[in-house]
Amino acid sequence: MKDNIVNISRRNFVKGFALSGFILAVGMPPPSVMADDKKYGRNAMPHGWVDNPLVFVSISEDGTVTIVAHRSEMGQGVRTSLPMVVADEMEADWNKVTVVQAYGDEERFGNQDTDGSRSVRHFFMPMRNVGSAARMMLETAAAASWSVPVSEVKASNHEVIHSPTGRKLGYGELAGAAADLPVPARSELAYKDAADFRYIGKSHNKLVDGQDIATGNTEYGMDVRLDNMLYAVVAHPPAYGDKLASYDDSETLKVPGVIKTLTLPSSPPPAVFNPLGGVVVVADNTWSAIEGRKKLNIEWEKGPNSQYESKAFRQQLQQAANQKGGKVLRQKGNSYEVIQASKSTLSADYYIPHLAQAPMEPPVATAHFKGDSCELWAPTQAPQASRDTVAQWLELKPEQVKVNVTLLGGGFGRKSKPDYVVEAALTSKAMGGKPVKLMWTREDDIQHSYFHTVSCEHLEAAFDANGKTQAWLHRTVAPSISSTFDASSVHQLPFENAMGVVNIPFAIANIQLENPAAQSHTRIGWFRSVSNIPHAFAVQSFIAEMAHHQNREHKEFLLELIGADREIDPRSLQDEGNYGESPELYPLDTGRLRRVIELVTEKADWGKKLPEGKGQGLAAHYSFVTYVAAVVEVKVNDDGEVSIPQVDIAIDCGPQVNPERIRSQVEGACVMGISLAMLGEISFKDGVAEQDNFDGYQVTRMDGAPAKINIHLIPDDNYDAPLGGVGEPGMPPIAPALCNAIFAATKKRIRDLPIRQQLKS
Amino acid sequence: MKLTINGQTHEVDAPTEMPILWALRDVLGMTGTKFGCGKALCGACTVMLDGNPIRSCVTPIKVAENKAITTIEAISEQKTGQAIQKAWIENNVPQCGYCQSGQIVSATALLNTNPHPSDADINAAMSGNICRCGTYNRIRDAIKQAASNMEAEHEG
Repeated sequence: MKDNIVNISRRNFVKGFALSGFILAVGMPPPSVMADDKKYGRNAMPHGWVDNPLVFVSISEDGTVTIVAHRSEMGQGVRTSLPMVVADEMEADWNKVTVVQAYGDEERFGNQDTDGSRSVRHFFMPMRNVGSAARMMLETAAAASWSVPVSEVKASNHEVIHSPTGRKLGYGELAGAAADLPVPARSELAYKDAADFRYIGKSHNKLVDGQDIATGNTEYGMDVRLDNMLYAVVAHPPAYGDKLASYDDSETLKVPGVIKTLTLPSSPPPAVFNPLGGVVVVADNTWSAIEGRKKLNIEWEKGPNSQYESKAFRQQLQQAANQKGGKVLRQKGNSYEVIQASKSTLSADYYIPHLAQAPMEPPVATAHFKGDSCELWAPTQAPQASRDTVAQWLELKPEQVKVNVTLLGGGFGRKSKPDYVVEAALTSKAMGGKPVKLMWTREDDIQHSYFHTVSCEHLEAAFDANGKTQAWLHRTVAPSISSTFDASSVHQLPFENAMGVVNIPFAIANIQLENPAAQSHTRIGWFRSVSNIPHAFAVQSFIAEMAHHQNREHKEFLLELIGADREIDPRSLQDEGNYGESPELYPLDTGRLRRVIELVTEKADWGKKLPEGKGQGLAAHYSFVTYVAAVVEVKVNDDGEVSIPQVDIAIDCGPQVNPERIRSQVEGACVMGISLAMLGEISFKDGVAEQDNFDGYQVTRMDGAPAKINIHLIPDDNYDAPLGGVGEPGMPPIAPALCNAIFAATKKRIRDLPIRQQLKS
Repeated sequence: MKLTINGQTHEVDAPTEMPILWALRDVLGMTGTKFGCGKALCGACTVMLDGNPIRSCVTPIKVAENKAITTIEAISEQKTGQAIQKAWIENNVPQCGYCQSGQIVSATALLNTNPHPSDADINAAMSGNICRCGTYNRIRDAIKQAASNMEAEHEG
């Protein structure tokens, strides 16, 4: 397979074995330069972080610098952005850099869970360390070869220069000697001045994979081909918890190309990342496997979720949301008393259904079981979890399992759960060790996702005689992601509540936040921006409703609620999550929230006169330690059809590594936010998802996307400041900004998503 | 049966009902054309059949008899395809990139028949191609750039 890491031992190099040109990376033991044992940020992630240049960088004799990308590429541009950091700090010429993808091995590479908008935020500094150490080793090697003090030499654009004499040595020439030097201690590392950055903070580098994508020359998980490989699809149980009773494959086996059927074990709850069970059809090509699956005659034994019905479940959630009580998440003052006594109150309920991530490449994995080992190729956001889960199921040690990470054709959280990787491994084993590519069809993907939760959000507010908000009450009810790991769990986890329920930064005297219980009846999982979706939709819609109720201008009212500029310690909001980041390094800064609101309203010409049927809507939300505000402009015609001429989004994510990819991520988040607001819904009947492809589960297409998306970045040249997340925080404000715009255009308030036909009548 | 793909004739040993997509990917090993939905709903599998964009996931190979299939792997042999690819790279259009083979084939087919498409033309021609990452605005920009580059070249 291409793009795998060549690992050559130093001993082999010394003995003169084949080198493949890799010199600097030669076989130092992966030294796990692990961080000190702190509890926040990258230090709190499994296996922490590694910044050893011998792990991440190699230089060939011709000067080619190869940089390891250890995070999964799923469209966020991480194969461009993190290697760019290394290249810049080590003064490598980007045109002489190639990027290789790391296999799953967190002890060697540091944490590889590519989710939570964490890759650049957590690995900017480690990658600077890598680049700095490599540059210093090259400089030391050059100084030694000229017998001059290292202070007289300087690395610049792929060569080291001796300033007094003008002598130069290229990186290829220096690589061998540099590899013999000790890696400098972290305390000795010297960093470039931000003013000297060639790539960091700039947007001129093209995507590492751009050329290959445009020519159809990339390798996604779907594209893996091994010699004598077989192809498989699975008939999964229709409802989560259903089990295989019996099946007849006689018609299946008549389909040309079908080789065999076999069964997968179902897994008792909790779901974790275990396979769902069912019948596998193995064939010599994908189409035969799919056709063979259609001919299976299967009897399923109904499980405990076969009654799951979305309409009835919504009523249950709503009932819980309307009742006082549930787990109290935060209480300040006495909202109940104030609301009871107030002459001016408002309440509203919001609903967001289940969603499926539906990455364009459905789950797929290729496995080659070899008896005492197994090698896999998978588009996975969780290479180490894939490795560990496969090892458990095959009763191997993790060291006996190798997970090669391909490009991902989208992830959005779905590919953080490696159930499909386990299926491929089990099938290869059952086929006597033949390599097997196991693919999910779109129907499998949409019906058996780890779904975004379904939620009811109940909000109440009370105002004083001057229209100032006195009390706030928010009851949030939704099955929790924790149910996927603990079947008895009925309350939201702290990290879910910290996505826009407990950490509202509003200057209100009385605040009551509650979380009544909710059972889950399907697998609940991460979906890009997670619980921020329902929370931001409810909170930012409700604030617009409050402003309207009080005859106040929305932006002014929102800024008043946010209050004076201040840095809030998230712990004072009973937010123990804070996206895993240190409350000292990452306080909730209301000034930054205000600034994105002011910037976006200025750029969007907020309040401009619009013709009838058009309107602007505003929303702002803090998530993944980043501040985002959006203004959506809509047009609603007489038939109730919505079009979106323009969206403006302002983002403050701290210092920016790759502004071009930040823009593209926020553009994409905008379209996905529009998509879920306009069209997104998975509903269940008899325990089964009622949608199974892009006809039932619709997503936004070009004709429904905003005609124009303008991204406004808040500049920050201080690269010592902590970085914010980028991949997810663009999405939460979009749905409420859209619905606020629809209200401005039509006076119709949308409280249930998706919008779909609601404006037609 | 015989299939003509990117100007070359291939003898394909497969049932004539097999969709072109799987003949390309599994039988011939040409993986540039992608599977997305299997029902002509997403456009990831778009190829040209005698120059017209079709969804290869629902088109059996027997339909392609005596016709020419063009895939992403050879789209650069068309001037339009080359201009589109260049504009894609220049504008950093892709995010995950998985749908982009289909997008590029659809965009090339559009410019082949309509060298100066309006926004409405582009929307109409491209709305069969889903991009879950949401790169639509850049796709639109890149198509316009390719169109204007081709015009400039023509005039030059």
